[in-house]
Amino acid sequence: MNWIGRRLPRLEDPALLKGGGSYVADRAAKAAAVSFVRSPVARGTIVDIEIPSDATVFTGRDLVDVKPIRPILHRPDYVAIGQPVLPIDRVSFCGQALAVVVADDAALAEDIAEQVFVDIDVADAIINFETALAPDATPVHPEAASNVLVEGRMKTQGLDKVFADAAEIVALDVRSHRQSAAPMENRGGLAEYDAGSGRVTLTASVQMPHMLRTGIADTLDMPESDLRVIAPDVGGGFGQKMSLFPEYVVLVWLARKLKRSVAWIEDRRENLLASAHSRDQAFSLRGAFAKDGRLLGLEADLRSNIGAFSCYPVTCGVEPLMAFAELPGPYDFAEYGVRSRGVTTNTCMMAPYRGVSRPTLTFSMERMMDVAAKRLGIDAAEIRRRNLIKAFPHRSPTGLVYDEGSYLQAMEVAIDAADLPAFRARQSALRTLGRYLGVGISVFSERTGYGTPAYAARGMDIVPGYEIVDCSMDPSGDVVLRIGSSPHGQGLKTSLAQLVSDELGIEPHRIRIISGDTDATPYGWGTFASRSMVIAGAASKLAAGKIAVKLKTIAATLMETSSDNIELKDGWARVSHSNQAMEIGALARAAYHQSHRFEGLLPGLHENAVYDPGGTFSNACHIAFVEVDIETAGVRVDRFLVVEDAGVLINPMIVDGQITGGVAQGIANALFEEIVYDDTGNLLTASFADYLPPTAAEIPEIEIMHMETVSPESVTKAKGVGEGGAIGAPAAVVNAICDALSPFGIELFELPATPQRIREALRRAGGASYA
Amino acid sequence: MPDKRDVTLAVNGKTYAVSIEPRRSLANVLRDDCGLTGTHLGCEHGVCGACTVLVNDKPVRSCLMFGVQAEGKTVRTVEGLADGETLHPLQQAFWENHGLQCGFCTPGFLMLAAGALQENPDMSDDDIKDVLSSNLCRCTGYQNIVKAVRLAAREMRARARA
Repeated sequence: MNWIGRRLPRLEDPALLKGGGSYVADRAAKAAAVSFVRSPVARGTIVDIEIPSDATVFTGRDLVDVKPIRPILHRPDYVAIGQPVLPIDRVSFCGQALAVVVADDAALAEDIAEQVFVDIDVADAIINFETALAPDATPVHPEAASNVLVEGRMKTQGLDKVFADAAEIVALDVRSHRQSAAPMENRGGLAEYDAGSGRVTLTASVQMPHMLRTGIADTLDMPESDLRVIAPDVGGGFGQKMSLFPEYVVLVWLARKLKRSVAWIEDRRENLLASAHSRDQAFSLRGAFAKDGRLLGLEADLRSNIGAFSCYPVTCGVEPLMAFAELPGPYDFAEYGVRSRGVTTNTCMMAPYRGVSRPTLTFSMERMMDVAAKRLGIDAAEIRRRNLIKAFPHRSPTGLVYDEGSYLQAMEVAIDAADLPAFRARQSALRTLGRYLGVGISVFSERTGYGTPAYAARGMDIVPGYEIVDCSMDPSGDVVLRIGSSPHGQGLKTSLAQLVSDELGIEPHRIRIISGDTDATPYGWGTFASRSMVIAGAASKLAAGKIAVKLKTIAATLMETSSDNIELKDGWARVSHSNQAMEIGALARAAYHQSHRFEGLLPGLHENAVYDPGGTFSNACHIAFVEVDIETAGVRVDRFLVVEDAGVLINPMIVDGQITGGVAQGIANALFEEIVYDDTGNLLTASFADYLPPTAAEIPEIEIMHMETVSPESVTKAKGVGEGGAIGAPAAVVNAICDALSPFGIELFELPATPQRIREALRRAGGASYA
Repeated sequence: MPDKRDVTLAVNGKTYAVSIEPRRSLANVLRDDCGLTGTHLGCEHGVCGACTVLVNDKPVRSCLMFGVQAEGKTVRTVEGLADGETLHPLQQAFWENHGLQCGFCTPGFLMLAAGALQENPDMSDDDIKDVLSSNLCRCTGYQNIVKAVRLAAREMRARARA
């Protein structure tokens, strides 16, 4: 029986369904509680911090020996900024931790934190691009000459010529407002001190446990062997839990200082205020089009608000440099000029969030395609047809090499399924009744599963990318896989078990996967960037494959045949064209207990493998159908179609779950979610009453179809699929809104397209019934 | 240290005698004093619903209720949903239909749906979607949760008739 391709219910679920999950807060009952005193202002000089008597409180002055968090990019245009774990002199954003309180329980710690008085000499905060990039702007960080901390530039030779020759130049200014990944579980850490060894075990809600260990050991100047990091069940991450945050360094410092166990469980307000934000971007694009709609060249000025600090380890280059490299997306054109800047401000740090820049850049390109199509009198699908990549491998103007994909075919399948003629008839009939329906297309590429070459090309000082997997089979024939990836909801353990099952011929429930424990797994990079199935999957397959070879050799010896004649299936090693067979468990037992019989084989069944790929591009087409109520400017998504090509599906149910969840976040990006600061840098959206993740009522059924292009770049034949839903949806939804509002000539270039923004556009167009 | 009060709670058919500060939420009491950590805290301001439990059979945000207010009432949490090793139809349907990913919001959704179906076993699809919009999930995009509750409701009705 083959397990790959089956909708196997997840091995992770029974515990989670019975309340038996174990998240960090569930383990923290016995530890002292930690609460952070946070800055109420965005910028200023710390004059004094008054601490109540008899309270256990520490400030930056107590942690002067702790090194700042200072991620590095080896690029001449990168300015490295250190983030003090607790600052001594300067406040850089509203919510920055300034002092830490330790008490017997969380309520008491919060009581004490309220009594800590922080005297700050407040200065004017720099919040947005306009003030940060003004010629006379004061630098947010005195050690930097300007507020631009990273800048990528390139221009191909023929760019000016294609603009000179263009039949149509489409210029647009796109704005994506700030968002939070808002995982349902906030951040949290438990640092347990072991008096005997002096070691600290940090259990934390994180995506990159090994990286956290390295980062903390570096800042505290301690050997990594004195620290164990555990990522237990983690309640969602979406990128927000990749970075090394000051709070985790402080927790380990406290455990060592006080020689006791301490826990900090973040609340929602802190998470919205001080974890990490993303997607705060302003893009100015100019596209040079030929008369037939072909895009000849693209010029772009890209600004990303990276907040007050650079996130570790991926740095503040993560959004600007992703936009720089991947803006061309699924389109085939040669001439490209780009300037992409990461701009620092007195706001919460930017860090990765599902899609990283690609939701904004896809939104930009797809809006541009629709606008160009209208200007040139070409159908929206037709202009894409003329521009999509069709030959592989494809080399983009920035030098990225795209492996085999199905950009055009995926769109054609989606368009067929959408039945556009029927929709257009209904749209025009309903318009006469004052109802405004629209359809929007979005096509995109999603670079996934990339290894060290891609990160090294960015100039990263810490170069992630590979994965190491240890695989062992015990004497009863059960398997343990130890992985450096750190899944947190993706169902990776089930998918890997299916993959390894087919390799070894045993059932998935006999495969146990250990992740998220630096004492028990090989060094690895965790789970992010749609990488785990491609990279940890390949390493798992290769490691299990080595065990399979050994099992076959043992079987061949015991059954006196050649190992080429052995097939591992359904728990048995069978000799082909014969009735001879042995249970795999018996072979495993022999590997350990009769090892003297197998000449040339090491005893036992224990192998490992490393995989470090170049990367593989997934692709998809999204089509959204919406209705806009022009009185309230409320938007309802009626139907949402996805045609996804993520290669071979290991577990289609899990893949569909990833797409659906991503699309929901993309619809939220399009319509609802926005982090808002006032002019002084005070956060106005610090609760779920103000920051609005969508509910079941706002998300339609997502219809999903698959293409399965096999890429030579993936050992498992699977491509990454974690981010695509979030990447494509904002463009599809807003293109659909603009289609619905086309009688008013409205074009929207801002995310999210809230009722306020749509109303304002309608008012300007004279389409709203009242002012 | 604020004064503590002795309170007896009936949770999942068991009696818990606890000494708690009056200011502590039911969620905190369940988690810290009863050791029932299946009830999760996602926002602590009554929006996300991860902390939903049944109090006298009605879904309640346990972050918005004090522990002392639960005295004399029956409380049911996710730990009390399965019948021993046999999953509740809702748990089974969530499993079979991929109604969970990270699992953090799951106990709240299960208890919300359990309470709603107890009140009205014949909810229409629209009613189900409407009820489920009380809680937030960040992973699934909801459609598998809605589907799971629909199928569990059907299964529960079939069992009730049998």
